[in-house]
Amino acid sequence: MSEQAPPVSIIDEKNVRIVEFTNNKILDEANIAEIGATLNSLIDDTDQPRLLLDFTSVDHLSSAALGMLINANNRIKQRNGQLRLANIKPQIFEVFRITKLDRLFRIFTSRPDALASFDK
Amino acid sequence: MVQQTRYGMSLKFVIPSDPSRGREVQARILDEVAKNKFNSDSIFAIKLALEEALVNAIKHGNKLDPNKQVFIEAVVSPRQLELTIEDQGPGFDRTCVPDPTAPENLEKCSGRGILLIESYMTTVEWSNNGRRVHMIKRND
Repeated sequence: MSEQAPPVSIIDEKNVRIVEFTNNKILDEANIAEIGATLNSLIDDTDQPRLLLDFTSVDHLSSAALGMLINANNRIKQRNGQLRLANIKPQIFEVFRITKLDRLFRIFTSRPDALASFDK
Repeated sequence: MVQQTRYGMSLKFVIPSDPSRGREVQARILDEVAKNKFNSDSIFAIKLALEEALVNAIKHGNKLDPNKQVFIEAVVSPRQLELTIEDQGPGFDRTCVPDPTAPENLEKCSGRGILLIESYMTTVEWSNNGRRVHMIKRND
């Protein structure tokens, strides 16, 4: 069993599951796999899942991390859910812009804005 | 092996196809980059490109084969980082790699590493049938 802190913390607010990354890097493949498994279990846990990923602490991510986010997005769509991303730092947002994933994901500058964007 | 050259500090590594060894190499190179006072955007770019290039070599090139090696050389000066990474895999044709930003590929979970390397580094050259990548990041 791992003695490291979980890679995400989860809180519920306004019927939305808010996922905060606890590590400033989403690079390591084992770490990405663990985050992906956690997101999958959150998504599969409910019908029409509503997830908000808060990137406040994230300073680095890799293409493998982007793949994990796309997988989560596809899974949520299959279950008629909603996914929002918030608090992405400018350097990280540039990665989304270069890969054109800023067009795929719904990205907000703050958590309240993201929360307000969920369909009722 | 670490050696001072007329172009900067040269760091050479030969590692097996093991991601944890790749991380050690990344840490050594990034440490040298920090000593040379690269700016924040350059460090971000190098960290990303180094991660993607090493994953390409270890996982996609050598397919984690413990009998295959990855050869890395970094030459670091305050002006620039010059980085060469070569694997012993089958290679690939850069011109045949699909554009991950095309609408039909946007929801695919992989295939963005090369795009990120080429976007963030100042120059990138693929040779030896895609087994070797040579890249430069200027500190400006």
